[in-house]
Amino acid sequence: MRRSQMSSTHTLAVLVENKAGVLARVAGLFARRGFNIESLAVAPTDERFSRITIVVDAQSAPIDQIKKQLDKLINVVDIVELSTESAALREMVLVRMKVDPGKVPEIEELVDGFSGTIINATDDHLMLSLSSHPEDLDDLLSQLRPFGIEELQRTGAIAIPRIE
Amino acid sequence: MQMDGGQALLKALEFEGVEMVFGYPGGAILPVYDSVLESGIRHVLVRHEQGAGHMASGYAHATGKPGVVMVTSGPAATNIVTPLADAYLDSVPIVAITGQVPYGLIGTDAFQETDTTGITMAVTKHNYLVSDPNDIPHIVHEAFHIATHGRPGPVLIDLPKNITDAANPDSLMTWKDPGPLDLPGFQPVLDADPADVTAAVKLWSEASRPVIYAGGGILKARGAAELTALAERTNTPVVTTLMARGAMPDSHELNLGMPGMHGNYTAVMAMQEADLLIALGSRFDDRVTGRLDSFAPDAKVVHVDIDPAELGKIRMPDVAIRGDAKRVMAAMLAEFGSATLADHGSWRSTLSGWQENYPLAYEDAEPGGKLKPQMVLERLRDASPRDTIVASGVGQHQMWASQYWQFDHAYTWLNSGGLGTMGYSIPAAIGAKAGMPDRTVWAVDGDGCFQMTCQELITAAVEKIPIKVALLNNSYLGMVRQWQEMFYENRYSEVDLGGPVPDYIKLSEAMGCVAIRVEDPDEVEAAIERANAINDRPVVVEFVTEPEENVYPMVPGGKSNSEVVVPPFQQKERNQ
Repeated sequence: MRRSQMSSTHTLAVLVENKAGVLARVAGLFARRGFNIESLAVAPTDERFSRITIVVDAQSAPIDQIKKQLDKLINVVDIVELSTESAALREMVLVRMKVDPGKVPEIEELVDGFSGTIINATDDHLMLSLSSHPEDLDDLLSQLRPFGIEELQRTGAIAIPRIE
Repeated sequence: MQMDGGQALLKALEFEGVEMVFGYPGGAILPVYDSVLESGIRHVLVRHEQGAGHMASGYAHATGKPGVVMVTSGPAATNIVTPLADAYLDSVPIVAITGQVPYGLIGTDAFQETDTTGITMAVTKHNYLVSDPNDIPHIVHEAFHIATHGRPGPVLIDLPKNITDAANPDSLMTWKDPGPLDLPGFQPVLDADPADVTAAVKLWSEASRPVIYAGGGILKARGAAELTALAERTNTPVVTTLMARGAMPDSHELNLGMPGMHGNYTAVMAMQEADLLIALGSRFDDRVTGRLDSFAPDAKVVHVDIDPAELGKIRMPDVAIRGDAKRVMAAMLAEFGSATLADHGSWRSTLSGWQENYPLAYEDAEPGGKLKPQMVLERLRDASPRDTIVASGVGQHQMWASQYWQFDHAYTWLNSGGLGTMGYSIPAAIGAKAGMPDRTVWAVDGDGCFQMTCQELITAAVEKIPIKVALLNNSYLGMVRQWQEMFYENRYSEVDLGGPVPDYIKLSEAMGCVAIRVEDPDEVEAAIERANAINDRPVVVEFVTEPEENVYPMVPGGKSNSEVVVPPFQQKERNQ
């Protein structure tokens, strides 16, 4: 189920000029053309450019059309479509849990299996983070959910091409 | 050289070769207007900012030079949103300058503050909010470059008052001529991939029922001569879309005229039955294709466009060519060389059969009946110089003008094709006439459109830009009425404009125009001749026309082009 949802998404690494309003231009374009954004992460790479990683739902529009419309924005310099094979894809999540007393060690073991980090824990509260492939985050979260997640925040995926 | 931002803006416009600006002053743009007094640029003072935008658009289309509109912040900026959207959809190069509240007040809901760059992001090719007056020379340079290169379009520059106001130290700048452009994200591709041209020419050589689907991009690329040459070289019939009227002379035997919802039967059916469509600078608009899944079912498609996003957006082409229409057509001509093409003899005779059986036609008025709008346009066409520039509003009169005018020159037809902006014609005609003062310019308008923007006739009178207006007055919102007649069982809802109010003669005269009312068919020609002889003032000729005349042919909305409806008196013949 989850894997098939992932397969309709595409990951775009978009290099943009680091100018005022550029994120609004990108987000506005997606909104007015009816393209769905699954996640979006952005930060400067240097003084001149920023890199945006956008995970788009290609069921909302052909990926080719999304890329071409994006490329028409004057501040968009380069667009690379990344696949799991061609890219290093990472996402981070912060989770706060309220769990039954005594369950904490079980959860700690689970998180450890994903190479996640327990930030702190009490008898019945737990705070953890994981930085990994977005599908690993999905897996961990689905296993944590029965224990009682209070709040979580995902960053959205970031990606750059792998070394050839 | 030290100056303030307001002076720098005018200097930057002069640097770009601007000769004329259409605008309206106000609070946030005041300092710039102070510099207008010292500038050699002509400023045309409009009566509503929307008019300034359409004037810039009409000027740009008629002259081939970018149009410039300048207004203040807030309501003035929002008033140009419509012409910006219009220019965006019809790919017209415009640079808009808007005043903005001082930079430090942005975001505080200051007087006449709107988020102009935010509001116009969706209707401009690009826009700028300037924070430093030293940026003015290169931003203006970039704006003109972006507006006029690649697929043309509107660009807006928002100028906060603090950087233009000589009284504010923020405005002090040192003029430096703009250096080389630095636009890493804007590199239009003009020349086609030769392999694509070869593939296109191969398909074309094998086609037996080819049609060139010529769009507005040909005019934008200034490729009218190449279009005719290519059609003649390949002996291929051409349909000229609403945006491409005039791109090939209507008098040319290969020109089938306008396709689409109100296209003529032959142009519509030629596309429908073609085995190859060569789309040149056209975009498979829904008004052309009708119901998409039954559009041109047997046709392979070669699609040429400078905007790669158009390739495959609506119809997947068999050969997609990214490039400037003029250059691609030249490359195709070269590629054809002396090759022989498949014979199109039987295709051409099919087309002439349709032309013979289903010409554009209307029934003459009953004796004593009101004027037929088509007849008025035919007389206007025949009595006016061949290179007359015609600017139309939106609605029935627009379709009749496109159908019945004979366009034999490029850049003689101005209309709002994509956005369908009522009220476009009068300001667009003023812009065209301002840029081409030696040409006769007629606005063909309906009474609905006229009431939206007629105040610009005051601009025309005061600024001595003597356009002529053919007002086809049927006292209805005619196209809406036609749809209500055909698709809503004659239930006319809010389409009666309540004639005889206004009195268009008094109204026009009050605005400084010569005004003539024509009701008798025998007076049509004399009125047109009189209007054509007046060159010192705008003229309005009101033709009181048949109120319930319909535009034919018509492809009903959502229907296949194969279901094109010809006028009732041709339908019998079709059924036989």
